Amino acid sequence: MNEEIQIDRLAARPDEAERKIYTVSQITRLVRFTLEDMFSSVWIEGEIGDFTHHSSGHMYFNLKDGEASLQCVMFKRDNARMRFKAEAGLKVLVHGRLSIYVPRGQYQLVVDSMEPKGLGQLQLAFEQLKAKLFKEGLFDEARKRPLPFLPLSIGIITSASGAVIRDMMHVWERRFPKVHIVLVPVQVQGPSAAPEIVQALADLNAFGGVDVIVVARGGGSLEDLWAFNEEIVARAVAASQIPVVSAVGHEVDYTICDFVADRRAPTPSAAAEILLPPLEELEASLKDTGARLARILKREVDDRREKLEALKNYRVFLRPQTLVEDLLQTVDDLAKELETAARRNVEEIGNEVRFLNGKLETLSPQKCLERGYSIVFDAATASIIKSTRQLDRSRSIRVRLADGERRVDINPTGTP
Amino acid sequence: MTQPKELKFEDQLKRLEDIVGKMESGDLTLDDSLKLYEEGVKLSQSCTKRLEEAQKRIEILLRSSSGELKTVPADDDLKPKKAKK
Repeated sequence: MNEEIQIDRLAARPDEAERKIYTVSQITRLVRFTLEDMFSSVWIEGEIGDFTHHSSGHMYFNLKDGEASLQCVMFKRDNARMRFKAEAGLKVLVHGRLSIYVPRGQYQLVVDSMEPKGLGQLQLAFEQLKAKLFKEGLFDEARKRPLPFLPLSIGIITSASGAVIRDMMHVWERRFPKVHIVLVPVQVQGPSAAPEIVQALADLNAFGGVDVIVVARGGGSLEDLWAFNEEIVARAVAASQIPVVSAVGHEVDYTICDFVADRRAPTPSAAAEILLPPLEELEASLKDTGARLARILKREVDDRREKLEALKNYRVFLRPQTLVEDLLQTVDDLAKELETAARRNVEEIGNEVRFLNGKLETLSPQKCLERGYSIVFDAATASIIKSTRQLDRSRSIRVRLADGERRVDINPTGTP
Repeated sequence: MTQPKELKFEDQLKRLEDIVGKMESGDLTLDDSLKLYEEGVKLSQSCTKRLEEAQKRIEILLRSSSGELKTVPADDDLKPKKAKK
């Protein structure tokens, strides 16, 4: 195929002089002008593919549908006005012009405005920021500080001319007339509102002297309330050292400021009620507390008096000698027991001695003599004669009988 | 000892609640009860006094071009009062 085309072109080649030759730049620029003329204002819808928000502030991305892809650029001056965050996967409707990026010869769409398909752009921006701050933990219950029970000084950030401050004052007029207010007047709508609210929060924190801050605005459209959905306001509320009550819009309106604040009040008037209790009730309760303290103290004393009375009625306190009497008796009992035990011991030992004595006596030589035995000693040596041979050598012997001794001379022949 | 006068109003109230709670629990020595009672009475008197002394005040926080902050009293219709010269 390619060859055929080449051949055709060669055949049709005009003379060198008639040939119009472009440089790459020239032809690229030419195409660019043509393209820009033909597509100077187009609306295109598609899904955002690869998306980069470059540090220069410009956005580079492509738009795609099922079959094709289109390179896009959105310069900083145009994307700065966007309230939602463009990101891959988002379906959008964009407006712009087609052009060519000459260095790369690449055609692209230069986008000047973008809006999300489906949700409105404010609604999307709201959802995106809400999701982002939620993920950061800015809405965590644990971050929320309790409001002071009785703020004697209240900072209010709102419009000085609106109905809001008047409504709040009206509530306090009957509820807590002695209120101390530090009002920081701000725009609550329009482009300067958010920075003014941020500044007011910083100023009240720097100035000090207020126990709590209310950020307030009456009801309005999402667009009207937008300042309270700006990230800088949310972050300033979160950063406040002083607890913040958010009272923006009507009951049904929720703003990012509501989520970040330590407390949301459905309306500014409700905030006024949340912040201060009725003065009369407070004074009555203080009076009551004094009385309560006295009552408790009296009860404490009474309790102890009762205990003391009860103790005084114990038997030992009534007749202390009974305690000693009991002890004396115990000592006697013990002594008796000891004596019995000792006596029993002595008897047992006596029996044992008698038994041993009997045994001893049975074994004694005297008993043998009494039964008729005798003991023969050599008279000269006094040793006992136990054999006839010993006797043959003796001339004289002694015989011990039961009742005494006798000396006996022996015939030396030894034979009868 | 805590000096009741140095406490903020709400801290005084909180302390007062504490004292009532502790005394109501009933497991204190009589000595401690008496001390708490004395402190409680002082606190309740001081709170009452503060409430009596409190006055309605509406101020507006102003920021000068040099960034200096100051409050000026406002009228009931919330317009800053003209400074007297």
